Amino acid sequence: MENWSLVSICVLFGLTARWAVSLNSYSGAGKPPMFGDYEAQRHWQEVTYNLPVHEWYFNTTDNNLNYWGLDYPPLTAYHSLLCAHDHGFDFCWVLVADLLIYIPAVVLYSFYLSEGSNKKKVCTVLCILLYPGLILIDYGHFQYNSISLGLALWGVVVLGLGWDVLGSLAFVLSLNYKQMELYHSLPFFCYLLGKCFKQGLAGRGLFLLVKIAVTVLVTFALCWLPFLSDPGQILQVVHRLFPVGRGLFEDKVANTWCSLNVLIKIKTILSTDTQLYFSLTTTLLAILPSSIKLLMKPTLWQFKLALVNSSLAFFLFSFQVHEKSILLPALPVCLLLNDLPLPAIWFLQASTFSMLPLFLKDGLLVPYVVTSLAFLFFSIYLLSAFEHCSEDKLRLGCLRHLPSLIPGSFYFSITAMAGLSFMSVALAPPDQLPDLFPLLVSVFSYLHFLGLLLYFNIVQIAEPLQSVRKNQKKSN
Amino acid sequence: LASVSLITALAVHCVVLLTMTVFSGYFSHSTDFEVHRNWLAITHSLPVSKWYHENTSEWTLDYPPLFAWFEYSLSHVAQHFDKEMLVVQNLIYTSPATILFQRLSVIVTDIVFIYAVKECCRSVREEKGSKDLLGHPFFILAALLLWNFGLLIVDHIHFQYNGFLFGILLLSVARHLQGRHLEGALLFTVLLNLKHIYLYIAPAYGIFLLRSYCFTKDNTDGSVRWSSFSPVRLVALGSIVISVGALSFGPFIAMGQLPQVLSRLFPFKRGLCHAYWAPNVWALYNMVDKALSVLGVRLKLLDVAKLPKASMTGGLVQEFQHSILPSVSPSITLICTLLSIMPAVLSIWCRPRGARGFLRCLVVCALGSFMFGWHVHEKAILMAILPFSILAVESREDAGIFLMLTTTGHYSLFPLLFTAAELPIKVLLMLLFTLYSFTSLKKLFRGSLLNPLETTYLLGLVAVEILCEVVYPLSPWQHTLPFVPLLVTSVYCSLGVSYSFIRLYVSLLRQHGTDKHKQL
Repeated sequence: MENWSLVSICVLFGLTARWAVSLNSYSGAGKPPMFGDYEAQRHWQEVTYNLPVHEWYFNTTDNNLNYWGLDYPPLTAYHSLLCAHDHGFDFCWVLVADLLIYIPAVVLYSFYLSEGSNKKKVCTVLCILLYPGLILIDYGHFQYNSISLGLALWGVVVLGLGWDVLGSLAFVLSLNYKQMELYHSLPFFCYLLGKCFKQGLAGRGLFLLVKIAVTVLVTFALCWLPFLSDPGQILQVVHRLFPVGRGLFEDKVANTWCSLNVLIKIKTILSTDTQLYFSLTTTLLAILPSSIKLLMKPTLWQFKLALVNSSLAFFLFSFQVHEKSILLPALPVCLLLNDLPLPAIWFLQASTFSMLPLFLKDGLLVPYVVTSLAFLFFSIYLLSAFEHCSEDKLRLGCLRHLPSLIPGSFYFSITAMAGLSFMSVALAPPDQLPDLFPLLVSVFSYLHFLGLLLYFNIVQIAEPLQSVRKNQKKSN
Repeated sequence: LASVSLITALAVHCVVLLTMTVFSGYFSHSTDFEVHRNWLAITHSLPVSKWYHENTSEWTLDYPPLFAWFEYSLSHVAQHFDKEMLVVQNLIYTSPATILFQRLSVIVTDIVFIYAVKECCRSVREEKGSKDLLGHPFFILAALLLWNFGLLIVDHIHFQYNGFLFGILLLSVARHLQGRHLEGALLFTVLLNLKHIYLYIAPAYGIFLLRSYCFTKDNTDGSVRWSSFSPVRLVALGSIVISVGALSFGPFIAMGQLPQVLSRLFPFKRGLCHAYWAPNVWALYNMVDKALSVLGVRLKLLDVAKLPKASMTGGLVQEFQHSILPSVSPSITLICTLLSIMPAVLSIWCRPRGARGFLRCLVVCALGSFMFGWHVHEKAILMAILPFSILAVESREDAGIFLMLTTTGHYSLFPLLFTAAELPIKVLLMLLFTLYSFTSLKKLFRGSLLNPLETTYLLGLVAVEILCEVVYPLSPWQHTLPFVPLLVTSVYCSLGVSYSFIRLYVSLLRQHGTDKHKQL
């Protein structure tokens, strides 16, 4: 069948899955006093529509910041203003955003930047579109992650095609939509800087650097235009975006600090400032190897791996991380589905599993089960995941005996996830340990993330600097 | 390759099905839901003698006894989900457990459908030559059946057990295609006792079995060889029919309730057309009548006061009279139906073309009864579309007719889902199925299957949809004449369905003609 019809069918299928999930109950439905993310979006529409710009981020009599205060950068605010004008069925807006931004980026990525036959590319589109985490959060929990992730993906695609200035523009827009995209910023920076170095700092490289810097500054200025008049405004917005007063972590999240807290109560032992410095140091140490490698060898393949490594390191070691931030590493891992199917599928499934407590709170159990099963089935079957388990395919040149253990461990892991999910739903936790199941879920996911972080780092760093890989696209 | 393709289609089917179950969170409440809940309650709580007398709810038991036994067995599982649903007095009872159980029961009974699809795929004739998985007729047929838009929305968004019933029908067809006629006959009799609407295609079965099974040999020119009549086979068939009938109706005959059961099964009090007109001949007839009466009033040829007041375009199921054209009674529709299927049935008597000729005749009977029947529901179009899928993957001409019939038939189901939340789902699913059917059949038969006129007509469906869903609700007539979108949909689709019917008949008679030519 021709490509366009197959791709349309995949896109339609993805859209159907999204719409079906959205018809389920949404976050905070009928749960006073705070309701949920849906109420947050609705509140922001109200605030942006009714109040003047300079009051959006301030605590005033009209705008109580404790009730879902605006805590995303200006582009989110402008988007809420746009939505406020047409109070149609709000889920439509998420679908429209997906259709206009995220889905075209996925299709373009699969067709222009991934390798393999046409059939393989269509399969990649389908599998990326079926990733359960994004569907459940955007349509079940109700958020607009597809806009920021979609813009970031556009950035990757455009950079991959060689248009550096446009790529940086797309990424800056993405950053101005959600500040969590900072997790991706270091790889973008290192990649572009590395390219400038490669082209020689005394000539075209410098020119490129200047062009990119100017684009970034101008875009920032345009996005923050209404706030530039008053330094106090800028400070307040930054204060809302980065709430350093809120502590090392909140709730149960599958990162190092929460898991460490099980053994040593670091939240109580160390002071807030020490915690801040500690997490900052560990994060920097974790992202350093990958960033340096990317600086030295700015290719698309390294860029994708660096995106994974950087965002995953931030997730695991950073300050005040939410479980939904796992979507940030998940996006670049989706891009690796074609090249390293099994580790990618493993990570994506673990990421969905790590958000299980959130889904249970929102009443999304059935969509969670259905989309996870669908994703697993399609990705394992269509991408022939188990056939790419050899040493060579996994690019683990040094660790010879590991690959044979992998299929077995994968099955064990999936079974354990299914078992834990079932237990979380069916069994009641013992009275002394009311948070037992969310804790087990987050620790289990944490171990996966840590292991996969090591794996992806090894893959990125072990690659020789001057390789001539037959099956890699030309580095640009 | 065959099993792999089936498994793939099946997997997608299951995923779509399970995606539909997320609807269990969304209270998409159709009357069919309450109907079946009521029947579960009746069969579980009341003794057998009361089943066909019970009328606490308006949705009385109007399927044959075997279906009542089916509901009875389901009710034993239901009591573990929620005992309250089995109380007859609990009208419109919709606890989450009830909804979950009902939806799951449809999904589980779909296993019959899946098995039937597998058997049909085995019988498909294929051309030689290696094809990739997606282009294999096997896979295309599995996909066309498992992902059928009409079946999905009628069974899983609305609520019926059509998957189960059509599974039995397709299985019976598959058995005939495989030459296992006794099993096919048994399955059909069971089906008849589950839902008597299949009486419409009973002539095809009857004549086919009589002609091709009871007469074991034909003359060289294809005509009947009376000497080869086999009484043994006739007796075998007869005993199957009688024993199944006895199993299902037996208890009621013994209790002397047969007239009551029959009156429940065939309620002719309902009107010529369903609340929303099925896209058949009577829709066109009503339209013409209405148009003539309006014209007559405008031209002062008729007196407004003398016209019957009942509005057939209202949403209620009532008896009404036509104003200008003669009124239509149930017997007239019966005669029209019989006349319409007569040539097809005669052709398989005179020149039987084996099981495939029988299948074609079956589709013609189903479609003919849809076109001319009394109080036809638009869901009945599926009775023609599903078996026709088998023929569509084997012949180019059939594929063209199939695309026309299936697109219009499926579109005519749109008014069943009328809420704003269901709009994207029905549009997306329809697009999915239509896109798939067009591109896969086009690839299979290498080339365009529809002529420009047909393509324009089908594109017109998009215009009708936009008109009905977007433009009309924003216009001032929405409140005064709310039935107009339904009218437009129904009439527009009946054009397409009638056209397909005629083309199908022409192809059947042409085949009959070429057969005759061969003898000369």
